[in-house]
Amino acid sequence: MVRFEKVKLTYDNSGAKALDGVDLKVDDGEFVFLVGPSGSGKTSLMKLITGEVRADAGRVIVNGFDMMKIRRHKLPKMRRTLGVVFQDYRLIENMNVYDNVAFAMRVVGASAKDIRRRVPYVLELVGLEGREKRLPHELSGGEQQRVAIARALVNSPRMLVADEPTGNLDPVRSLELMLLFEKINEMGTTVLVVTHEKELVNAFAKRVIKIEEGHVTSDGNDGYFSYE
Amino acid sequence: MIREGFRSIKTHGLMSFATVTIIMACLIIMGSVALLSLNINYLIKDLEKQNEVVAFVDDEIESEEEAKAIGSQILAVGNISSADFVSRGEAMKNYMSKYDKSLMEGIDETVFRHRFIIHLNDIEKLAQTKEALEGVPGIARVRAHQEYADTFVKIRNIVSGVALVLMAILVFVSMFIMSNTIKLATFSRREEIAIMKMVGASNGFIRLPFVVEGLVLGLLGGGLGFLAQWGLYDLVTKSLMESITGDILEVVPFLSIAPMILAVFLGIGVVIGVFGGVNAIKNYLKV
Ligand SMILES: Nc1ncnc2c1ncn2[C@@H]1O[C@H](COP(=O)(O)OP(=O)(O)OP(=O)(O)O)[C@@H](O)[C@H]1O
Ligand SMILES: [Mg+2]
Repeated sequence: MVRFEKVKLTYDNSGAKALDGVDLKVDDGEFVFLVGPSGSGKTSLMKLITGEVRADAGRVIVNGFDMMKIRRHKLPKMRRTLGVVFQDYRLIENMNVYDNVAFAMRVVGASAKDIRRRVPYVLELVGLEGREKRLPHELSGGEQQRVAIARALVNSPRMLVADEPTGNLDPVRSLELMLLFEKINEMGTTVLVVTHEKELVNAFAKRVIKIEEGHVTSDGNDGYFSYE
Repeated sequence: MIREGFRSIKTHGLMSFATVTIIMACLIIMGSVALLSLNINYLIKDLEKQNEVVAFVDDEIESEEEAKAIGSQILAVGNISSADFVSRGEAMKNYMSKYDKSLMEGIDETVFRHRFIIHLNDIEKLAQTKEALEGVPGIARVRAHQEYADTFVKIRNIVSGVALVLMAILVFVSMFIMSNTIKLATFSRREEIAIMKMVGASNGFIRLPFVVEGLVLGLLGGGLGFLAQWGLYDLVTKSLMESITGDILEVVPFLSIAPMILAVFLGIGVVIGVFGGVNAIKNYLKV
C-alpha cells in the first residue's frame, strides 16, 4: 500500500522541482502503471517509496511506514516489505544466478534451510530453472532482468516496484516480463511499474497513473494513455 | 557473515596485500622510533647508574661493624639499587691512589669517614631519596649531584616525548592511508552494498564483513610487522656491535620486550584495520 499526500520534492543540488504536490493511493493487491515523459518525476517518486530520498513536504506512507518520520535504523525493516527492480538489473557480476538470488536472503539473515527451499521456487517462477550456475554475463538481457525480479521476490515482499524494467529489452521480452508481473500480481503481490512504453501499457487493461512536470495529470483504469 | 569477510579478502587479494603492507610499514616505522627511544633511555639509565650518592657515617660511630650495620636501614629507605660499605681505611687508600702519596704523609685515616656508595633505581627521585637518607640515624651527611640527575632526566623526557609525538602522528597517518586504501577496495563493492541496502540488510550486517576484514588484515599486518621488526632490530644491533669495538655499547635485548611489542603491534594493527574498514564504508551506509 502506498499513499502520497501533497508531496513536494526539490533537489538541493540542481534546484529541480521533481515533484510538486503529488496525491495518489495504491491499494494492496493492485497492479499500476506509472507513466509520464522524461524528467516528469517518475524515478523521484520511486525513490520516495524506497526511502532513498526524503520529501520536503506532504505525507508518504509505504506499507504502513510513515516515510517522513521513519528513523534510519528502521529503513531495513521497511525495505524488507518491498521488492525493487531497476532498469539496469544491478546483478553482482561474479556471483552466479543462484547466488545472486540467495544473496538477498542471506543478507536479511534467512536460514540456510529456508534459502535452499525458497530460491529454486522463485527461479522456477520467473522461468530460470536450469540456469542456476550461469554468471550474469552468460545470460540474455531478459534473463538477467528475470534474475533481478527473482531477487526482488525472494523475500516475499508485499509490493514490487520496478523503474523502467523493460528499458533494455526488446518488445517480445518486454511483453514476457509484463506477463510475469501480472502472474506475480495474481499471486497477491502489489505491483507498481514505471514505463515509457505506450504499446506495452495499452496491451494490458490496468490502472494507469500519468505524471507530468511533477503533477498527477490523469489516473484511470482504461488501460490507455497518450501525451497531449 | 564472517565467511563473507574472508571471502572478500580472497577476492580482493591485491588490495588486501596493499593494506597489510601499509599496516606493516607504519608499524615498523613506529616500532623503530619506539625501539630507538627505548635504547637511548637504556643508555642514559646506564650512565645514570654511574652517578653515585655518597652517605657519610657519623664520626661518632667508630667501629666498622657498627657503621656497616646502618646498611640495612639505608636499603629500607627505598629506591636503592645498591649500597656498598666503604670503611675509612679503604676510603683513604682509594683517595691516596688517585693523588700523590707524598702529599698524604702524616695524614691519619680518621680524617676520612666510613661511608656508603649508593646507586639509585630511579634518579628522578634523587631529592627525596637524599632527604630520606639524611634522616637515617647514624648518617651525618649525604652528597649527591642533583644537577647531573636533572640533566639526565631532562634528556630522557625529551627523547620519550619526541618518540611519543612521532608515534601519534604515525598512527594518524596510517589510519588515513588505510581508510583510503579500503575506500578504493569498497569502490568496487558499491553496487553490492547498494543491493544489500535495497533488500533491507541492516547497517550492522553490511558493516560486519568490513570489520572482519579490517580485523584480519590488521592482525596479519601486526604479526608480520612484528617479525619484520624483530629481524630488522637484530640486524641493526648486530652490525652496530660489530662496528663498535669493545663492549661499551649495550642494547636492549629484543626478546625481553618482544611480548610487549607483539601486543602493541597487534593492538594498533587491529585499531587501524577496523577503523579503516568502518570509516571507508560510512558514506555508502547513509542512504
Ligand atoms: N539526483 C538528482 N539530483 C538533482 N536533480 C535530479 C536528480 N534526479 C533527478 N533530478 C531532476 O528531477 C527531475 C525529475 O527527474 P526524474 O528522474 O524523477 O524523472 P523521470 O520521470 O524518472 O525521467 P526519465 O523518464 O527520463 O527517467 C528532473 O528535472 C531531473 O533533472
Ligand atoms: Mg527515471
